[in-house]
Amino acid sequence: MTTDIPDRPRTLAEKVWDDHLVVKGENGEPDLIYIDLHLVHEVTSPQAFDGLRAEGRPVRRLDLTIATEDHNTPTLEIDKPIADLTSRTQIETLRRNAEEFGVRLHSLGDKEQGIVHVVGPQLGLTMPGITVVCGDSHTSTHGAFGAMAFGIGTSEVEHVLATQTLPLKPFKTMAITVEGELKPGVTAKDIILAIIAKIGANGGQGYVLEFRGSAIRSLSMEGRMTMCNMSIEAGARAGMVAPDETTFAYVKGRPHAPTGQDWDDAVAYWRTLPSDEGAVYDAEVFLDADELEPFVTWGTNPGQGVSLSQAVPDPASFTDPNDRAAAERALEYMDLTPGTPLKDVAVDAVFMGSCTNSRIEDLRQFASIVEGRTKAEGVRVMVVPGSARVRLEAEAEGLDKIFTDFGAEWRFAGCSMCLGMNPDQLAPGERCASTSNRNFEGRQGKGGRTHLVSPLVAAATAVLGRLASPSDLPQRVEA
Amino acid sequence: MEKFTTHTGIAAPLTRSAVDTDQIIPAVYLKRVTKTGFDDALFANWRQDPEFVLNQPAYAGASVLVAGPDFGTGSSREHAVWALRDYGFRVVLSPRFADIFRGNAGKQGLLAGVVSESDVEALWGAIAASPGAQITVDLTERTARLGDLQVSFDIDDYTRWRLLEGFDDIGLTLRNEDRIAQFEARREAWRPRTLPVR
Ligand code: SF4
Repeated sequence: MTTDIPDRPRTLAEKVWDDHLVVKGENGEPDLIYIDLHLVHEVTSPQAFDGLRAEGRPVRRLDLTIATEDHNTPTLEIDKPIADLTSRTQIETLRRNAEEFGVRLHSLGDKEQGIVHVVGPQLGLTMPGITVVCGDSHTSTHGAFGAMAFGIGTSEVEHVLATQTLPLKPFKTMAITVEGELKPGVTAKDIILAIIAKIGANGGQGYVLEFRGSAIRSLSMEGRMTMCNMSIEAGARAGMVAPDETTFAYVKGRPHAPTGQDWDDAVAYWRTLPSDEGAVYDAEVFLDADELEPFVTWGTNPGQGVSLSQAVPDPASFTDPNDRAAAERALEYMDLTPGTPLKDVAVDAVFMGSCTNSRIEDLRQFASIVEGRTKAEGVRVMVVPGSARVRLEAEAEGLDKIFTDFGAEWRFAGCSMCLGMNPDQLAPGERCASTSNRNFEGRQGKGGRTHLVSPLVAAATAVLGRLASPSDLPQRVEA
Repeated sequence: MEKFTTHTGIAAPLTRSAVDTDQIIPAVYLKRVTKTGFDDALFANWRQDPEFVLNQPAYAGASVLVAGPDFGTGSSREHAVWALRDYGFRVVLSPRFADIFRGNAGKQGLLAGVVSESDVEALWGAIAASPGAQITVDLTERTARLGDLQVSFDIDDYTRWRLLEGFDDIGLTLRNEDRIAQFEARREAWRPRTLPVR
């Protein structure tokens, strides 16, 4: 599409970037990049719309913009007014702005409402070779389709609303190659937690990560989304997976997927996107899939994780003084003693949800473990679908019944206890196995303690009441 | 954004150094959903003191703030600039600004001019001698004049150009409107559309 395409092997990220160049920046100035899809939610958009209003500017491309409510929405009694004033104001402001500017909005109660990063792919709006932005760091999720997708700040939200472009400097590229076959019970979540533990919570800073290798190829789209979602937890700007037949099959037939000739044109183009033989990355990392085990975090950043079969590490074992100090602080906050086997750590709550793991496949995995079992006594288990549509789908498959029979709470869609902007929060000191993406201090509620895990580990933990993997469970008693 | 060439208004002395963004606008005001209307939030804690400079009748309607060194340090909140602007300030003069604050100011049309420490003190002296005096800030010449006293200030060329032209970030990008339209005209039909609702 552009005449500025360099004549050398290029990476996936470079190809998508080059095809969105509106103006090539000269003398160290940023490039002007076109944005194909702008996702909007209630937290980071109010001031952006206000800025447009102040300058008398319209939204340039209403047909490339879509909004939903997710961060503040309650997951119980969704027909009642929202009690928290700040939450309610943010949501009401989004509704007013959407109405005034003509932006398509899926409000609480609508069947397409949900976490913005679940809604885009589900509608078939997220597809290979496009640029996606949202005022939310986990926009990286959409990179699973071979899209260039990244989070932006509120003033950039205003910029995209007004111009459908962003001035940006190119990102560096990092190839993360995962070869081999995963053991049963090991999932995409475990791969990405292992990668973050390996490169560190800042290891990806300034990079677009491209996940490649046989283990990635064999992942479902949901698994790839889980991985790209958490790229940001390694400090990266974005994560990407080259599109392939799995991608095309997922997109095909969705409400906004191309059809007829458009579909054929799209697929022909998408097939040109994978990185060329000999393309050069700024950094490379390798991981062996065969050796991976279910993973869990013990600390207060997503890089502080180990295999679930291991023990809480001793801060003294860290050679870097900063890492050591961080580990000491984290263990104090988490109330953990070095040397304790992680499988001995009892939890108060299990949270199954968030844009990392709340799609139908994630719920099916969780259900496959808890079906026919009863949750551990005293443990609070919450299952929160990523979108209203996922909720409907799960109910059509009877998953809701499996969850409630197990003793879990089956909730309405939203971010929920991922960040506790709504009433779904941990009490101070409570410990939670969570399928979300951030274990920061107080993230799930003031004083709450978070262990990041996969849906399978979350399920097994809910059964035993302590951190566990499915292989730790006794065989089901057949009725 | 309004173009800035010269501005004349009342100069208010803020005889403190290291005024951080928490003092410019306390965190409780960050919950709002607007980008304007932060005038009441500016220096909210200090303004509870009747003696505070902005509470003195001589400085009512002041639009040029003459502050001590290290203005705008601390958290990167853009609200600090919004609050100054909404209160009515067009110019802040200080011997040193925090980088992020200076960047935010330039983007929002607030002139952050760097004046030597001795000139700031001279300005404070001149203001004290005639409280409520008008100051004229000339961006073309990079000078500020109060009565007989004239000082010069520094501002980087790029920010100065943007202020003179009245370009915010969006305005800058929209200078490439034709290129954006050309790009849109050749976008493929398969690319996603949120409307119509399918
Ligand atoms: S689920 Fe959590 S990480 Fe995802 S968008 Fe919501 S708050 Fe952010």
